[in-house]
Amino acid sequence: MLAELDNIHQEALAAAKQVADQAALDEWRSRYLGRNALLTQSVKQLGSLSAEERPAAGQKINQVKQALEAAYEERKAALQADQLQRSLETERLDVTLPGRKLPLGRLHPISQTLRRINVIFAEMGFQVYRSRDVETDEYNFLLLNFPPNHPAREMQDSFYVEGGSADNPLLLRTHTSAGQIHAMREFAAEAPDNPPPVRIVLPGMCYRYEQVSARSEVQFTQVEGLAVGADITFGDLKGTLTDFARRFFDADVRTRFRASHFPFTEPSAEMDVECFVCGGGGCSVCKHSGWLEILGSGMVHPNVLRNGGYDPERYTGFAFGMGPERLTMLRYRIEDIRNFWRNDLRFLEQFS
Amino acid sequence: MKVPISWLKDFVDLDGVSIEHLAHTLTMAGLEVEEIRYIGLPIPSGQQLSKLSGLAWDREKIVVADIREVGPHPDADRLVLCRLYDGEKEHSVLTGAPNLFEYKGQGELKPPIKVAYAKEGAEIYDGHQAGSHKTTLKRTKIRGVESYSMVCSEKELGISEEHEGVLFLETDAAAGTPLADVLGDAVFDIAITPNIARNANIYGVAREASALLGRPLKPMPLEVQADGPKIEGAARIEISEPELNPRFVLGMIRDIEIKPSPEWVRRRLTLAGMRPINNVVDATNYAMLELGEPLHAFDYDVLVQRAKGKPPVISTRRAKKKETLTTLDGVERQLDDFTVLVCDSAGSLSLGGVMGGLESEVTASTRNVLLEGAAWNFINIRKTLNAQRLASEAGYRFSRGVHPAMAERGVNRGLELMRQWASGSVAQGLVDEYPLPPQPSVVEIGPGDALRWLGVELSTEQLSDILGRLGFEVKAKGDALTVTTPDHRLDIGEGVIGKADLMEEVARIYGYENIPATRLGDDLPPQRGNRTLEIEERIRDLLARLGLQEVMTYRLTSPEQETRRLPVGTPPDDKPYTQLSNPISQERTVLRKSLLASVLEIVERNANIRERLGFFEIGPVFHASEAGPLPDELQRLVLALRGPRQPGHWQGGDVGALDFYDVKGVVTALLSGLGVDGLAFEPAQHPAFHPGKSARVLAGEQQLGVFGELHPQVQAQYDLGGHPVQAAALNLDAIYSLVLARFDSRGVPAYPPVLEDMAFVVDETVAAGQIEALIRQTGGKMLSDLQLFDVYRGEQIGAGKKSLAYQLTYQDAERTLTDEDVSKMRHRIVKRLEQELGAKLRA
Repeated sequence: MLAELDNIHQEALAAAKQVADQAALDEWRSRYLGRNALLTQSVKQLGSLSAEERPAAGQKINQVKQALEAAYEERKAALQADQLQRSLETERLDVTLPGRKLPLGRLHPISQTLRRINVIFAEMGFQVYRSRDVETDEYNFLLLNFPPNHPAREMQDSFYVEGGSADNPLLLRTHTSAGQIHAMREFAAEAPDNPPPVRIVLPGMCYRYEQVSARSEVQFTQVEGLAVGADITFGDLKGTLTDFARRFFDADVRTRFRASHFPFTEPSAEMDVECFVCGGGGCSVCKHSGWLEILGSGMVHPNVLRNGGYDPERYTGFAFGMGPERLTMLRYRIEDIRNFWRNDLRFLEQFS
Repeated sequence: MKVPISWLKDFVDLDGVSIEHLAHTLTMAGLEVEEIRYIGLPIPSGQQLSKLSGLAWDREKIVVADIREVGPHPDADRLVLCRLYDGEKEHSVLTGAPNLFEYKGQGELKPPIKVAYAKEGAEIYDGHQAGSHKTTLKRTKIRGVESYSMVCSEKELGISEEHEGVLFLETDAAAGTPLADVLGDAVFDIAITPNIARNANIYGVAREASALLGRPLKPMPLEVQADGPKIEGAARIEISEPELNPRFVLGMIRDIEIKPSPEWVRRRLTLAGMRPINNVVDATNYAMLELGEPLHAFDYDVLVQRAKGKPPVISTRRAKKKETLTTLDGVERQLDDFTVLVCDSAGSLSLGGVMGGLESEVTASTRNVLLEGAAWNFINIRKTLNAQRLASEAGYRFSRGVHPAMAERGVNRGLELMRQWASGSVAQGLVDEYPLPPQPSVVEIGPGDALRWLGVELSTEQLSDILGRLGFEVKAKGDALTVTTPDHRLDIGEGVIGKADLMEEVARIYGYENIPATRLGDDLPPQRGNRTLEIEERIRDLLARLGLQEVMTYRLTSPEQETRRLPVGTPPDDKPYTQLSNPISQERTVLRKSLLASVLEIVERNANIRERLGFFEIGPVFHASEAGPLPDELQRLVLALRGPRQPGHWQGGDVGALDFYDVKGVVTALLSGLGVDGLAFEPAQHPAFHPGKSARVLAGEQQLGVFGELHPQVQAQYDLGGHPVQAAALNLDAIYSLVLARFDSRGVPAYPPVLEDMAFVVDETVAAGQIEALIRQTGGKMLSDLQLFDVYRGEQIGAGKKSLAYQLTYQDAERTLTDEDVSKMRHRIVKRLEQELGAKLRA
């Protein structure tokens, strides 16, 4: 009987190697391990064996059975691997066919720039303060040291709004500087004798009476900044704005401060930044000057401090103003400012 | 303001200072040289702060030459042939210049006529073309005569637009001298900001250059050779409003001869942007450009005639009601009661400080001139200019402030120039009424101020030196400096303002680039945050995550554009627009009342660009306020969707049109993303929306906005393409107040949920929201989630009925739910829905 079991074992293993698919393997299993298989039948023959032979035969049956079951699993795994291999070889996609398009939302490029500016200044302790679009002459001009009929008013052509009085007309703010006074007065009211220091940026929409062209718009955003404290100098203005320029343009750019004039600051300065495209060597972005005019700034005029409730004998400060559109145009080489409010998707889609 | 360098050199030594360095230095100090126009001098390549323009004259090819004889052209009457010596040899040069014709056939000219001569290959401007187009002289034949060179006009040399004849040089330079050495110049165009109005003249710029370069400034040219009879008795001045006219000065020159000014004067005026007229008018303009005091020349004899032979009395006064004056430009002007007139006994003569009248002008026959220099209130001059819509050189300067001390200086300078150019004799003395001399500002400063404002340590010596260079009188006493403002400027205030004014001057001259950049060391203010901005930015991110594109639109619009958002015939609302008083175009006359209209315009613009559109905008609308004249600025959010649900794909996909439930999905996702709870939706009645396909969204009692499909009539008023637009208009001010600063999170359940599907058949009139609310209410805490997954209508359930199928998720935080728990709950829900809504559980 032991010899017979060995035969079965050998025959089955040989047959397993011939099996080519799962159906044949199942057939193989029923033939060698099924109810009518010789091996199964041989268990029934155990009873006919002597007590001495029986343990060895029983053990042998078990061995063969385990071996065949292992052979089955092995063959099954091999067949599955083969099949996987075949399917991997045949299931080939054209990977160049387009993927499914998912709607991708985006922020307007000016929103993105405003955020970038706000974040850089937030890290320097400047917080966002917003105020209204429609202003009084008082806040937009008078309290910012633009007296009536002052020549400086001609630098800014305003849109006037119906409903104001003759001595305090309403207008669309020409700069977010109008918010400076609102902010200072609000903070100073907390402690009129000892107002807290101020560090704010004032983003917002501004308006000027200008013909729309590739270079100018009737409305534009502006970010004004204001720092007021007991010990703030023109040197601090230079340092702060230079840090800003480096952060904004992601480059170790040099800055240059030119004397300028704004009624609400004194001394006043225009800040130029070394062209971040050419590194100062001259290119079309900087019109071959090597420098880009970025923002206006200056030490807050004593009249403005006083109008805001801050004693100019005790406080100094600096202010600055920049145009997000211009910064965005420089950063992405946008040629036409009208793109921003036109909102053509072919423009907007570029700024993800 | 145009400043020829050659003129500046009258007052400050610029030897060894390049034109470009000077321009850079002035620009950095606030006198922005916008453009440098080169007149013959070499134009540098490389980077400059200023725009560069002009023409460089080749030193070999453009030279001084002598015209020795002017002869006829063999067969052209309108051309002449010049025998010309260029320092090396004689040439025969062809020209059509009319100003050479008079010399034709005079034989050898002695002395020869000095001209600017361009040789073959020289680059000049084309005199026959308008504008400045460069051309290179080439050998050619004109009417059979060989031509390879040219006698140049001012236009061809880039000096002026003059091309009537060739330029005659008044020079001793020998033939062959490079023209650039004789006429080479550069003209700065300097932007004069209001704070440096005192520099709107050559001497002012020279003073700045001197201070910045540390070179001495030559004194103001004020000498006048006055040897005529005294002026006393020749005229009298009466000033009625010293506030408006603080000073009035008259000088006189007799027996002048009106003729053209010398060539160099005419060229200087031309380079400075003024047209030469005659020697007297040129003298007034020259003195004004040089010192900044506008002058006015009267024909004295006309004044005497008007005074019926008596010495004229010149008076200044406000204009009377309905008074008119015809000014030099020939315009009859209606005057305001603030306009100040210069008058004599016969009537008005000129608009004080702005423009002369026609009648008393200097003419070719004028023999005696009364010269006016005055001081005016600059604000009043500005008002006058604005009211008269008038611009003049005098008005430009007086409206920015000219110190009254300059009146006397200007008159003396003008008289002396007239004497030099028009002969005549200057009357001794001036008639000078000076009722209101300004007090000079006196300011105390010290090194502490420089440290406090500028952050730089400067000694009293340094401060004193810098201010001294600008003409301030500085007295030192220990660490304190007493600074007195010179009598050519009005811009220095008193006290702390004066200190700031002086610090600006110190910073400019010391050099901004020399002030070290530092970081803020001052106390950080209390950090307050900006809650509404933070929420707004969260909304932007949420909507972008939902696939929408942000837009930013014009806040200025017109009522016509905005009414498109409502069906034709919708009664207008009673809220008035915030209206511009001075709109720049018909399309932008008011501030918008509707953000929906703004966004629909953007959908329209992009309707044919992309099939699927999803936009949003956050921004204010402007509504008239009951609280005051300023409008309320209300923060709104509008979003709009249009097109297929998914972008087209080669495998197909969900290409059904975006509908009400898509926009509802966005609104719901946004609000739940903001953590706004307890939302309810009700049918809305809003004219812009489809009455059956729109809803309002509420949080409790508060309406947050409306959304839905655009009303078909509104859709038709825009070019929006075929698909209906789905839109939402939300009130952000309301939403801001509902966004909680924080929330309590929930734990992840430890026990398994039990899921169960239930379908209910109800009448069509029952809203899904009612069923959902009832199930939730009944399910209480045990019901952790409820999702509608099917709505069915059909024969199986009968007409007028619908079946809504829900998946319910039961969950208990403390234990595993039993079949019994679930079964009990199911019965309660079924019973409740049956009782209250007549719902039947669908088997």
